[in-house]
Amino acid sequence: MAQKIIAGITVDVNEEGYFTNPAQWTRELAKEVAKEEGIQLTDTHYAVLEFLRERFAKGENLTIRSVGNSGIIDIKGFYGLFPGAPMKKAAKVAGIPKPASCV
Amino acid sequence: MANEEFPLKKVCIICAKGTIEDVYAALVMSNGAVMEGIETKMFFTFFGLDAITKKTMNSLHTGVVGNPAMRMPGGLPFPTLLGIIPGVETGVSAMMRSQMDKLDIPPVKEFLEMIEAGGGEVYACKLAMDMFKLKKEDLWEGVKEVLTVGQFYEKCGGLQTQIIFT
Repeated sequence: MAQKIIAGITVDVNEEGYFTNPAQWTRELAKEVAKEEGIQLTDTHYAVLEFLRERFAKGENLTIRSVGNSGIIDIKGFYGLFPGAPMKKAAKVAGIPKPASCV
Repeated sequence: MANEEFPLKKVCIICAKGTIEDVYAALVMSNGAVMEGIETKMFFTFFGLDAITKKTMNSLHTGVVGNPAMRMPGGLPFPTLLGIIPGVETGVSAMMRSQMDKLDIPPVKEFLEMIEAGGGEVYACKLAMDMFKLKKEDLWEGVKEVLTVGQFYEKCGGLQTQIIFT
């Protein structure tokens, strides 16, 4: 298993840079991972990240639609927060595995 | 590797059929592309227009006659003769739609809105519109433009682009 030093802390990641142990995640680390993706995190970003982490912990599917129904932000806004590939980027910053969902 | 050197940049997805499975194949592939940050353009033609026509878009059917892959709940083959009974197609189609909802697959209109929210573009075929006597105002509001084939191809240019016919 690969490891990566983010902000002076060693975390377990896979070859694509996704956390393999979500428990190692902190808000501070998220900030650094987001920076690598060219994203400056805001409170709304953090609310989405917490939402995704909660959903993941419950074993639910991570879908764009669920984010749109979360009450935090609409889908267009989600694309705005994590430009390009929002679900993948958000999962990476949230310290959870790459989503395996097709929707 | 060629895959890493030349990642897909744009997909143009054509939907020419109006059954649930044909339309959703186009929608899932388009939304999936948008989610990956791939520029996405959809072109609806012939019976595919049902998917972007206000009156029909949220009540698409699946074919229950002459469809050898159709199964009963439980897995037994679905007899074609059963499919000709009035109401069966409607019931089966409603059942399929409810199954999809459980997987967080949205209804057609919501799915199109998701694609649009991510920057995907939806176009309608002019020739098929003329044929079915449809007007722009009959279509879902998100349809960007009614195009001729030539105009659609103009939008499909560029390297690392694929045209997909579902």
